Amino acid sequence: MNAVFSFARFSAVLIKEFIQMRRDRVTFAMMIGLPIVQLMLFGFAINADPRHLPTLIELGDNGPITRAVIAGMQNSDYFDFQGVVGGEASGNEALRRGSANFVVVIPQNFERDVVRGHRPEVLLDADASDPSAVGGAAGALGGIVQVAISETFSGPLAGIVPPPPPFSVIVHRQYNPEGKTSTNIVPGLLAIILSMTMVMITAVAIVKESERGTMEMLIATPVRPLEVMLGKILPYVMVGYVQTIVFLTAAYLVFEVPFQGSALAFFMGFNLFIVVNLALGFLISTAARSQMQAMQLSFFTILPSILLSGFMFPFAGMPGWAQFLGQGVPATHFLRITRKVMLKSAEIGDIMPEMGALVLTLLVISAVAMLRYRQTLD
Amino acid sequence: MTDVIAVTGLTKIYGDKRVVDDFDITVPRGAIYGFLGPNGSGKTTTIRMLCGLLTPNAGQGTCLGFDIRTEADRIKEQVGYMTQKFSLYEDLSIRENLDFIGRMYRVKNRGERVAAALDDLGLANRASQLAGTLSGGWKQRLALAACLLHDPKLLLLDEPTAGVDPKARRDFWDEIRRLAGQGVTVLVSTHYMDEAVQCDRIAYIAYGRKLIDGPSAEIPQQVGLETWRVEGPDLAALETRLKSMPGIVQVARFGSSLHVSGTDRQAFEKAVNALKAEGTHRWSQQIAGLEEAFIYLMAGSQDNFAAAPDEAASP
Repeated sequence: MNAVFSFARFSAVLIKEFIQMRRDRVTFAMMIGLPIVQLMLFGFAINADPRHLPTLIELGDNGPITRAVIAGMQNSDYFDFQGVVGGEASGNEALRRGSANFVVVIPQNFERDVVRGHRPEVLLDADASDPSAVGGAAGALGGIVQVAISETFSGPLAGIVPPPPPFSVIVHRQYNPEGKTSTNIVPGLLAIILSMTMVMITAVAIVKESERGTMEMLIATPVRPLEVMLGKILPYVMVGYVQTIVFLTAAYLVFEVPFQGSALAFFMGFNLFIVVNLALGFLISTAARSQMQAMQLSFFTILPSILLSGFMFPFAGMPGWAQFLGQGVPATHFLRITRKVMLKSAEIGDIMPEMGALVLTLLVISAVAMLRYRQTLD
Repeated sequence: MTDVIAVTGLTKIYGDKRVVDDFDITVPRGAIYGFLGPNGSGKTTTIRMLCGLLTPNAGQGTCLGFDIRTEADRIKEQVGYMTQKFSLYEDLSIRENLDFIGRMYRVKNRGERVAAALDDLGLANRASQLAGTLSGGWKQRLALAACLLHDPKLLLLDEPTAGVDPKARRDFWDEIRRLAGQGVTVLVSTHYMDEAVQCDRIAYIAYGRKLIDGPSAEIPQQVGLETWRVEGPDLAALETRLKSMPGIVQVARFGSSLHVSGTDRQAFEKAVNALKAEGTHRWSQQIAGLEEAFIYLMAGSQDNFAAAPDEAASP
């Protein structure tokens, strides 16, 4: 008799899959090495608040106030003074060539006009073709100059300094007081790495059977689809576990990213996210005819995961339609779970909206995948 | 019930192409049944429908007493299916492959059965070699051993000896006959005439239609060919002349002789007598063999398909 589910057949597929995984050394090394390499690469490389930007200066004047302004800018770490330019043309040329991000122009008679109270203008010429490169520095400049020059006005010049505003604004940077980019990037990166490997490996593992012709033999045996699916997928779930353990350990040791919240909440979200990704990989495998196609289709899912999920750019900053699309990307929700749990001490109750969204995504993906799945060769 | 396979009206349509068209077949228990036909004639599709890998668009019947439409799972348990292309895992060792198949069919005493299979194959000392590194002949033997691990009652072999050397083919057929002697029914597709001769019954398929079906010894008679064997000088020139003469339907070269065949007795004899009178070649009448019959069928079926694909292409 043919049981509805046979443990023997399920374990046959499972054992076979483990043997194949072990034999394919390159893929195996990639699955374990990838999280570490990406963590190191992105954790160290990505900086949303860039410092030490190359800066040139056009000096129309040279006095104690000018020197104070320059010293203040230099001390802020945002600006790295590389030299002096003779005039507007050579400053623009440097910006155009990309050899400098900023040109600071101190006008002629700057000192005199300051003392006379004419409010002269210091020009910061910035290469804003990359807004995020200049944004932080330009925003900080006003304050830097203010502080720098206030110390030089003493004695008779003290009257030039404007009075402080009647109230002060205090920014309280919660969850990431030092404003470290890695604290933001690292938890999100886990979502990206898992999406990448889980989707791609599942899709490729299933397509591989039909591409090599072994699918014909496989479905000629009495094996049931569920036995094949579980047997093929379970090894990769374990890979996901290993990746996550390796990743979290490295994140804690190298980047000192805290893990503040509930481990159980994380575990639940993590398992659900893996299942969603496996379903997505399975869906791709029903459309792809070769391993190459499976890779390409998987790649299409990776870019939205990086760009629309809120991983690289703030989710709230995207236009409404893009946010709508982003809601459909599973990584969006898992990324929120990891950030909430790791940084914001979230408990199970706090991640329910994301869990709900992931369940919904799972249902949609599974329904489409099941409709497309063929038990026969037709 | 002694018929292992009994199907009627089997039809498979891909797009607007009828790959298998209204196919009937009855295979008695213990028979070796040959499927012959040119490439793309629907042999593989038919075999796949018989073991439940493909769902037919029309037709019904039983395989091993189970309905081919609804009881594919039961059929699969008792069928050994050897695919045209090697379809075991190349990155698994010989033993791992057999173990895998053993688990899939839930074979009792799997360890002993696998060990016995390895011994029979003569691969016991190479059991941990990867299957992908085996030569074509060994792959074929391994695939057959894997098919037989669960003692199937029906063997479906899809061009099992393609690309295998003659010695290995002979051994393979000895094994097939031994199995048939034990009551295993074998359905085998092939291109080779020397293999066709080994079958008890033969079905010739072309473009999805069965053109002829019968005991292999009776096929030439059914086709109804008259054949003369010609030997002598400058056969190439003679061949060209023969081909243009009325009444002659086929001229096939066999080494240093020509086999000239016709179906219309009167016209054929007239043509042959005219040439015989020239006295340049030695003519001897002979009984048409399977090979002439199939070359004739193959040529005829192509013509029929090109001219009128909807008409029954019977000779």
